Amino acid sequence: MTYNIDDKGYYGEFGGAYIPEMLYPNVEELRQNYLKVMAEPSFKKEFDQLLKDYVGRPSPLYFAKRLSNKYKTKIYLKREDLNHTGAHKINNTIGQILMAQRLGKTRIIAETGAGQHGVATATVCALMGLKCIVYMGEIDIARQAPNVARMKMLGAEVRPALSGSRTLKDATNEAIRDWINNPVNTHYIIGSVVGPHPYPDMVARFQAIVSEEIQWQLNEKEGTTKPDYVVACVGGGSNAAGAFYHYLDDTDVKLIAVEAAGKGIHSGESAATSVLGREGIIHGSKTLLMQTNDGQITEPYSISAGLDYPGVGPMHAHLYTSGRAEFLSITDDEAMKSGLELSQLEGIIPAIESSHALAILEQKKFNADDIVVINLSGRGDKDLQNYIDYFKL
Amino acid sequence: MNRINQKLKKDKKLLSIYFSAGYPNLNDSVSIIQNLEKSGVDMIEIGLPFSDPLADGPTIQASSTQALKNGMTTEILFNQLKDIRNTVSIPLIIMGYFNPMLQYGVEAFCKKCQDIGIDGLIIPDLPVDVYNEQYKATFEKYGLINVFLITPQTSNERINFIDSISEGFIYMVSSASVTGSSSGFGNEQTAYFKRIADMNLKNPQIVGFGISNNETFTQATQFAKGAIIGSAFIKHLLNNPIHKIKDFVNSIKY
Repeated sequence: MTYNIDDKGYYGEFGGAYIPEMLYPNVEELRQNYLKVMAEPSFKKEFDQLLKDYVGRPSPLYFAKRLSNKYKTKIYLKREDLNHTGAHKINNTIGQILMAQRLGKTRIIAETGAGQHGVATATVCALMGLKCIVYMGEIDIARQAPNVARMKMLGAEVRPALSGSRTLKDATNEAIRDWINNPVNTHYIIGSVVGPHPYPDMVARFQAIVSEEIQWQLNEKEGTTKPDYVVACVGGGSNAAGAFYHYLDDTDVKLIAVEAAGKGIHSGESAATSVLGREGIIHGSKTLLMQTNDGQITEPYSISAGLDYPGVGPMHAHLYTSGRAEFLSITDDEAMKSGLELSQLEGIIPAIESSHALAILEQKKFNADDIVVINLSGRGDKDLQNYIDYFKL
Repeated sequence: MNRINQKLKKDKKLLSIYFSAGYPNLNDSVSIIQNLEKSGVDMIEIGLPFSDPLADGPTIQASSTQALKNGMTTEILFNQLKDIRNTVSIPLIIMGYFNPMLQYGVEAFCKKCQDIGIDGLIIPDLPVDVYNEQYKATFEKYGLINVFLITPQTSNERINFIDSISEGFIYMVSSASVTGSSSGFGNEQTAYFKRIADMNLKNPQIVGFGISNNETFTQATQFAKGAIIGSAFIKHLLNNPIHKIKDFVNSIKY
């Protein structure tokens, strides 16, 4: 079995491009060009250079000694939190802005939930001098004020999504509508491995730098390119896609995807799509998604705005149904506790998204000689207010 | 012969009206359909509401959201429509997004449509190639015409392909837009309408998006067989009782 995309844009039975005809030319233009553009030496050179000098790659692979002692296994943290703008999101936006330039686009749109992808998009638009419009749910705008300010300071226009639940799902709908209304000059930078083909594959390829680095960094430290486990949190799933990418077909390496259980998987306030979701179509691809029996998409919940999405990308749907990856769910409380623990054991304040990945250390037993790589997808500065409120700091 | 094709044979410009089932009130659907037919509308698109409608503008999305709040479901709509053919004879089309149909079961959905007397489906996010490879046979088995969309950006090659697999009409989206976002047609759109008319497709074209009054209806049907009105009708429903539908239809056609 293959865990990568096939030539029709499917991971197993998931993926495809379920889009209105109004979007077909845009998506088709991208589909026909993305692999060609990514293979151009000039593209690779510019992408690699920016990742190195602008983003600050490679991000360290850090052996977390005190965390390892506590959990009696060898834990490495892939420090995506040290990237410029504070998360893995920038890897993809750098790639897509270069793609947009080469396709002759002059206007960029994006959706954002917590604001990390919006900030990463606003950043690369400033870098390249392109007009940037970020759609963000009205509710998210209110609860992520610092990131809204960052985007504005970077020159982006933040447009509130006023429809539906006024969160990420609706911001995505609004961005797609903007694209329908502006089909010629606009590129839509999707922030996760979701959306119509080729987005899930393109975003995964831009994020694949994460697992590429893990391979050689681990080889330097441990004399092997293969950890026993790679662990990452999954909302849409872009940081997990990046951390898993070079290990997808290497079944010696176990993959663990961590979803947000919110207030409990069956509490009615959860985002654990692998447990609560069924096959369906959202934002242009066939995947697993949380929905009513009638096929209406339901509202997810997580304390972490970045995991608060009612579906997962089609790659993850395939990894789940095929059994290639183990999917675990972590509650708000478990995640917050692990975030505090990492802060105090290692001096690293993680994004609450990443805290979900860390929290499996309490849930799952590893052997003493196992090498466990946890993708620390982002830093916790943006979440400080949440941590303050939760722990009454 | 399917009612859509019978209607398309008529030597007149057709007016098709879209409304969201379950709006403004859950049980208005049948009464709206009956009033539309009585008022001289030629064809009706019954919108099956969806929580995340990508191609709809704010007016239709708001009406779908309200319909869902009112409790509309696929099953309820089918129950409301079960005797519709006792009183209504014009073509009825269900327009909706693919996910609710997929959850109902595509074959079960199609069978139900045939039982009721639905003539066709418009599913904006069901890709042409997926339909052609996976669902065409099922639609045909239950006598349903699937209507495809084209836009000003659709290539001639793709339009010819869509024409080749269509058996009713082609839904010609007037401009690059979601529903309800345009007011009046300019030279660019007229040129597009003419370009498509000159392609001499086997299927007639019906224009949708951006038609709201007699002027835009007349412009849209200068080169096409008919036009579809959605958002403007929904706005009318919001402000007027159902028995006033005739006033709206008269303002478009006469």
